[in-house]
Amino acid sequence: MNKYETVFILTPVLSDDQMKETVEKFKKVLTDNGGNIENEENWGLRKLAYPIENKNTGFYTLIEFEGEPTIVNKLETAYRRDEKVIRFLTFRLDKYAAEYAIKRRAVRQAKLEERAAQEAAAQEAPAAVEAPVAETNEETNE
Amino acid sequence: MAQEQQRPYNQGEIRYLTPLSVDNRKKKYCRFKRSGIKYIDYKDPEFLKKFLNEQGKILPRRITGTSLKFQRRVAKAVKRARHLALLPYVTDLMK
Repeated sequence: MNKYETVFILTPVLSDDQMKETVEKFKKVLTDNGGNIENEENWGLRKLAYPIENKNTGFYTLIEFEGEPTIVNKLETAYRRDEKVIRFLTFRLDKYAAEYAIKRRAVRQAKLEERAAQEAAAQEAPAAVEAPVAETNEETNE
Repeated sequence: MAQEQQRPYNQGEIRYLTPLSVDNRKKKYCRFKRSGIKYIDYKDPEFLKKFLNEQGKILPRRITGTSLKFQRRVAKAVKRARHLALLPYVTDLMK
């Protein structure tokens, strides 16, 4: 069993639902062939550094998985058969890369949590913010 | 006599008030070895841009000071990033 990482770019013409469906399809290819998905990241719609197939943006998805070497061929065949995929990259993680991936996952998780916390705080904040503003207004009126 | 005294100036010799220090340059070092980075991530184009020139070409070790081991890894990361359109293959005025 090796650890692998794969990134693929989907065409920007898809709707959100279609995009998620396609990602699920590739995840199914992995799980059906004895793969074990460890992490999945959706980078959303990103600008490409250069046009591919006359498109300037694309949906990026990253999947980290564990499996036998034969799984890579099956996955890449599935990529090639699907017209929605405009670019893909799959490679084996060495021990340093695996270490980095775990660290990166933790950092990302922390960031997501922080953002969620900030949003929660922002929802609570308006009530708290209004009160001091009212007070200062009174002071200036005096 | 007068001619002999003038000769140094006539030869166009440049004279400095303070002696030039030749080996004044800062010693280059490999930033990966120094900061203990073991894996170079292709997913971080902003970091990789430090190893590219304005045209998006990979800078030589001669300039960045990266050790051979990490230069190979930088090159690999840059090439992966280019394949995934995170970095351009050719460009002008990248920075």
